[in-house]
Amino acid sequence: MEQFDFTLIDWSRAQFALTALYHWLFVPLTLGITFIIAIMETIYVKTGNPEWKKITKFWMTLFGINFAIGVATGIILEFEFGTNWSNYSWFVGDIFGAPLAIEGIMAFFMESTFIAIMFFGWNKVSKGFHLTATWLTAIGSNLSALWILVANGWMQHPVGMTFNPDTARMEMMNFWEVLFNPNAINKFLHTIYSSYIVAAVFVVGISAWYLLKNREIALAKKSILVASLFGLIFSILTVGTGDESAREMANSQPMKFAAMEGLYYGTDHAPLIAAGVLKDDPIPENKDKKDFFFEIEIPSALSYMAFLDGDAFVPGIHDLVHGNEEQGIMSYYNKIERGKIAKQALTDFKIAKKENNQLAIEKLSAKFNDKEFLDNYFAYFGYSYFEDPHDIIPSVPFSFYSFHIMVMLGGHFLILFTVLLIFLYKEKLHQMRWLLWLTLWTMPLAYVASESGWIIAEMGRQPWVIQDLMPTMTAVSNIDSNSVIITFALFFITFTALLIAEIKIMLKQIHIGPNDGGH
Amino acid sequence: MEDIKMFENLALITLQHYWYAINALLGALLVFLLFVQGGQTLITRIGKSEVEKSMLINSLGRKWEFTFTTLVTFGGAFFASFPLFYSTSFGGAYWVWMIILFAFIVQAVSYEYRSKPNNFLGKKVFDGFLFANGLIAPIFLGTAVATFFTGSPFHINDLNQSFWDSPFRGLELALALNHYSTYINLSLGLGVFFLSRTLALLYFMNSIEDATILRRSRESLLKNAIPFVILFLFFLINILVRDGYAVNEQRVVSIESFKYFNNLIQMPVVFMMLVVGVFMVLFGILRAYLKHEYSGKGIWPTGIGTVLTVFSLFLMAGFNHTAYYPSTTDIQSSLTIYNSSSSHYTLTAMSYVSLMVPFVIAYIWYAWKAMNKKKIDAEEIENEHHIY
Ligand code: HDD
Ligand code: HEM
Ligand code: HEM
Repeated sequence: MEQFDFTLIDWSRAQFALTALYHWLFVPLTLGITFIIAIMETIYVKTGNPEWKKITKFWMTLFGINFAIGVATGIILEFEFGTNWSNYSWFVGDIFGAPLAIEGIMAFFMESTFIAIMFFGWNKVSKGFHLTATWLTAIGSNLSALWILVANGWMQHPVGMTFNPDTARMEMMNFWEVLFNPNAINKFLHTIYSSYIVAAVFVVGISAWYLLKNREIALAKKSILVASLFGLIFSILTVGTGDESAREMANSQPMKFAAMEGLYYGTDHAPLIAAGVLKDDPIPENKDKKDFFFEIEIPSALSYMAFLDGDAFVPGIHDLVHGNEEQGIMSYYNKIERGKIAKQALTDFKIAKKENNQLAIEKLSAKFNDKEFLDNYFAYFGYSYFEDPHDIIPSVPFSFYSFHIMVMLGGHFLILFTVLLIFLYKEKLHQMRWLLWLTLWTMPLAYVASESGWIIAEMGRQPWVIQDLMPTMTAVSNIDSNSVIITFALFFITFTALLIAEIKIMLKQIHIGPNDGGH
Repeated sequence: MEDIKMFENLALITLQHYWYAINALLGALLVFLLFVQGGQTLITRIGKSEVEKSMLINSLGRKWEFTFTTLVTFGGAFFASFPLFYSTSFGGAYWVWMIILFAFIVQAVSYEYRSKPNNFLGKKVFDGFLFANGLIAPIFLGTAVATFFTGSPFHINDLNQSFWDSPFRGLELALALNHYSTYINLSLGLGVFFLSRTLALLYFMNSIEDATILRRSRESLLKNAIPFVILFLFFLINILVRDGYAVNEQRVVSIESFKYFNNLIQMPVVFMMLVVGVFMVLFGILRAYLKHEYSGKGIWPTGIGTVLTVFSLFLMAGFNHTAYYPSTTDIQSSLTIYNSSSSHYTLTAMSYVSLMVPFVIAYIWYAWKAMNKKKIDAEEIENEHHIY
């Protein structure tokens, strides 16, 4: 058994979570508002109405404030793979590095070139060129999301690679499989669509405030029209892609799926828990203990969601840990044993190489090319690092609540956009003060929903960095925990200070309004 | 892609050389683009009135993202093509990279936030961030590049996991003054710092329409160029006479006297690039200093010369059977382009991606040509909607 420094591991995780969650506070708005702005500018160019130009410029100013801090928090994520997860970086660099590099070449340059035209080009380039630049900024930022999410999707569901015992790492076999990984596709679509909701809520929220204050009426109503339509369309698409993500997860990450539903014992006709309150940590072995204080169930809906079949069996945490012969589910105990056999083969290979034992080298190399060994033993390589299967269960409360919060808020946004459109159409929106207040207070909820999505996606996959192949504890850099504790504190202080600055500047600009914006 | 096979049939070592060269080029561009950082340390020297300062900041502010994005892409490209370098250097020299990264984090918000009302930290703090970034980034990046020649303390185990052999996590490379190699590292770090300031002055002369700024920039030019030349010569002479890390056909690393000097002799193209590069750097500076009508154009030869010089330095460090990231504590752990690269498949796939680079450069060029038709002047700063 290797020695793991859990202080180091926990602080490295905390640091990554902190920086990623901060980065994600700014990214969704960028992804969505750039498109909203591009639509507004298109209307301006088509109609020639200067009111639309003013509106475009106003949202652009707010976007610029957000963009700067998105970039500031993004650079650290890219380099953190090296600084804090260096064993991981070697193990998967052959696959994972490529999307990051492509992101830089394809997306970041596009974004940073055209954003300059968008901000400074109003009086320098033609209207058409400027509009193109605005659209390209939006496309560029969404392309950057594509590549990083391909990388993330691969970690959830590794495909298109093989293990090379010589270099002790994963090597890419098929780029297209990595790119068109169903997990990555869903992830990309769900992430960008849900980010468009965040941006739409941001725009309607601020507009609602103007209506409440009786200012900028024209700007507010026009903005609500564009953003509500945009938000409504993507709310529907978000539900669809989220549903697809769940199905994908049920297949490739059944433990995450069980944790997210608080499902300890698998059943057929599994009900979906629409809402509920968990008891703290029921033990998977204890059949009598009830796992919810209360719950609202939709019969068979979970089976349907997971496998498009209301009768299907959905495995629970207990089934996965202890196995379920009837359903053909291998236990974690068995997987640990198989993983250890795979690990032993790698150790033998390294010894044979040291002793330069050609016969053994050949025999073992053949093993790592043998499909039987790969599918039945190497597929569980990561399990070899565990002794107790209970260490391979993610936090159920985190997974359960973050998922349910996200889904419930998704419903809320959908209804809100619909209602806003109805009252806008009836020309009564201005009088509906309660609705305007509700819209304003929905702004933080959009961020809560979006961050919750990442918590289920990332915490739900623990203890894996790469599902079944690499546990988080083996991924860290070989470094002292004090260094990480210090950088964690520095990030916390720096990012928090910058966040406060951002919010204060943003609020001030909103108070100033469109007429004098930009300074 | 089935039928047309541009890269698939190339040998692994060809792809390794190709990707090392691309990374070297990105590194060289990055050093040139550090003029933004150099400029950030000159704002109060060259600009006295608020309008002057504002012109300087706005001329830099429209370019800072390029430097930043190039740094990000440099990191990403190294990760994709030489992941063992990425894991060893970033995970090992933890504090060096963290300091560099913090310097960029605070830069990224400063332009946008410095002059906005209600910005919490105050204009002075954001300007301080810009200054800190201008100071730290060139010195630390330059020092880090020098270790491609002087080496770092690390070792690598048989699972290719890396371990740094100094508790100072990279800071020893700039601070251990009892080692001679520290002075070599620092000479490049400080050299790059003065170079970035020199380039910044040439950039101001090129992009701002203002007689006072032009005059002050010219006056400061030699004050920065001379220290740069001295430091750079110190660095160059030292590595040319120094032992280097050679790698043979069996991939065994050994010490070879005058390795880098030999590399230059054995790679005449690199040698030529170095000579031409150094010449262009000096030519641009001197002409801009001496000839007034020329002063706006100095940035071009000096900029291109910088790229050529740094590019050839990187090639000297990694081509011709040389370990580009030598280990001083376990020589066989030294990284070469052979033992640290991605697989043949990945390098091939990435090579297709690299075909996009000319398009990227073309649209950047086109976009900026449209934007730069007119120089920045006081009037524009007065009337612009979006200013820093
Ligand atoms: C391309 C890969 C990738 C992407 C797009 C993201 N992450 Fe991630 N995340 C990781 C790659 C990763 C990782 C390297 O794999 C970590 C570090 C340690 C670990 O276990 O996984 C991780 C951990 C991690 C954790 C800590 C989990 C824990 O240790 O308990 C959180 C909360 C997040 N991430 C959240 C996010 C957010 C909010 C993201 C949106 C920007 C995000 N991740 C994008
Ligand atoms: C955890 C992995 C991530 C890494 C390593 C990462 C890296 C980066 C870097 C280096 C930047 C600054 C680039 C520049 O403009 O020069 C950045 C900005 C950005 N990132 Fe991330 N990022 C991560 C997660 C994500 C995700 C998941 C998305 C989208 C779904 C995303 C979308 C963006 C966008 C749109 C920007 C532009 C700046 C802004 O949003 O304000 N990033 N990211
Ligand atoms: C309404 C129905 C929704 C469903 C069924 C749903 C489903 C899911 C599922 C299953 C995941 C996890 C995917 C994985 O771990 O592989 C996820 C992730 C996520 N969700 Fe949702 N979601 C919904 C609404 C929303 C809303 C309203 C938002 C934000 C405004 C949102 C934002 C996210 C984000 C950012 C992630 C992480 C990225 C990803 O893994 O795709 N979701 N969602």
